[in-house]
Amino acid sequence: MNIIEVVNLSKSFKAKKGTITAVKDVSFNVRMGELFGFLGPNGAGKTTTINILCTLLTPTSGKALLNSFDVVTNPNEVRQSIGLVFQEPSLDEKLTARENLEFHAMLYNVPKAVREERIKYMLAMVGLYDRKDDLVNTFSGGMKRRLEIARGFLHHPRVLFLDEPTLGLDPQTRNHIWEYIHQLRKKEEITIFLTTHYMAEAENCDRVAIIDYGEIIAIDSPSDLKKEIGGDVITVIAEDRDKAKKTIEEEYNFSVIENDEGLHFEVENGETFLPKFIKKADFKILSISLRRPTLEDVFLKLTGRRIREESAEANTALKIHARRLMR
Amino acid sequence: MSRNMMGIYTIWLRDVRRFWRDRPRIIGATIQPALFLFLLGTGLGRGIVGAFGNDIRGDYLTFIYPGIIGMSILFTSIFSAISIVWDREIGFLKEVMVAPISRWAVAVGKAFGGSTVAVFQGSLMLIFAPFINVHITPAIVITLIPVIFLIAFSITSIGIVVAARMHSMQGFQIIMNFLVLPMFFLSGAMFPITNLPRWMAILVAINPLTYGVDALRGVILGFSNYSLIANMSIISGFGIAMIIAAMIIFGKVE
Repeated sequence: MNIIEVVNLSKSFKAKKGTITAVKDVSFNVRMGELFGFLGPNGAGKTTTINILCTLLTPTSGKALLNSFDVVTNPNEVRQSIGLVFQEPSLDEKLTARENLEFHAMLYNVPKAVREERIKYMLAMVGLYDRKDDLVNTFSGGMKRRLEIARGFLHHPRVLFLDEPTLGLDPQTRNHIWEYIHQLRKKEEITIFLTTHYMAEAENCDRVAIIDYGEIIAIDSPSDLKKEIGGDVITVIAEDRDKAKKTIEEEYNFSVIENDEGLHFEVENGETFLPKFIKKADFKILSISLRRPTLEDVFLKLTGRRIREESAEANTALKIHARRLMR
Repeated sequence: MSRNMMGIYTIWLRDVRRFWRDRPRIIGATIQPALFLFLLGTGLGRGIVGAFGNDIRGDYLTFIYPGIIGMSILFTSIFSAISIVWDREIGFLKEVMVAPISRWAVAVGKAFGGSTVAVFQGSLMLIFAPFINVHITPAIVITLIPVIFLIAFSITSIGIVVAARMHSMQGFQIIMNFLVLPMFFLSGAMFPITNLPRWMAILVAINPLTYGVDALRGVILGFSNYSLIANMSIISGFGIAMIIAAMIIFGKVE
């Protein structure tokens, strides 16, 4: 059964010159209980889609149902059905951790009888129970994120949206956050809708939609997506690159992608192929490596580009910096 | 309790709790009017009494005292409403906007929150009464609270209308210079509004705070240009119009 159904959804914004279409005629379903991922570079339309699904934006055209409620005509029912962790912090830093959750519970009509219990439970689940009476402005970035995740789960939503939940956090904190999310997922019956541009996070999903320039270009489980890549990825750096490329293409009939890092091609069974390949090679190999394909390879194959992780990181750093300046 | 009532209550409670916790703000908002009252009031008061004749009925400091309370209500109300823009900048507004309550309820909760805070801040001004020989009786306090509340509610609602579309605090100076300070200067807080040039008299007449200050003066000092009923009717009418506008505008915010 589908918890989210999206049909021909589009969203355009008026810009200085003409209009910008952030989401173009997108259709997809999310099944109940799955961990669904939106993978794509910054500006691909991930957040815009989420904002439509959570009733913050109205679509230009198309239809979206969440928990069988229409996001345009039944916004309050949709809002009650979802929890959100935004890309940017959305806590009241002048209130304590417990108060932030208390206000959320009140806004979402969590009955008073169970409110305290639920707040305590969620704080314990994300390891913040000891800090419950501290003001949020004394928390680290990772702690704030955990508190937001606890808040997202608080009112027993059917779908939890995580919009780049670990953006700007260091790898260790990132893993930590995911541990909490997986633990909570086991305990609560919930569908998780994740947007990310981190490959490792996307690999964890049951299904991934790859989105680029506002369009979904592939949607499947990570393993099936990677099957599109014909097996393993081999990267060769040769002294005579042109000769190597010619040999691989003509003798083995592989299609070679050439970039700064070397020559890349795909083979079905890398482990048995490599020794034979090295032995037969009539060009000098400087280095050779074999790896299982990643979603990055899938993205590269589908779009010819890499997901621009660096630029996204830089962008975030800038935003965080700007935020500090404003305070 | 219905969903929206609960939402209004939650937003009100947050504003009140944040205000109560922000002691520097309370102290600052008490000292600023005190400076106007005691420094400006004393300085100007020496020469001004004769110039205004019987319009100020005695001591200048006493005359401006209700006006200064009005100023305190004005500033507190506007600051409370403008906190919406701050909430938008720090991201918290999103949390409220995706909550399963109607947008209009957010505006109403904010209006009640700002009014409550202003009632507290305005009432705090009463501690200066003994220094300027104004006698405040319990009956005056009881009348004063609803009067302050109505003034604050109207002004907070104006602030919400303005803040609903504002996306950064940079617009704050504009609001100060084009809304808050003119409202203060044109309210009769610092001088009697009789015998003004025509253009100014018109501006004074369309300023809702004029009726607020007049009402405060009536209750505290016992003399006013209009009756309490008239003043309160005008302010209430204005407040209702503004809160409806705020509810409509807030409903359309994306």
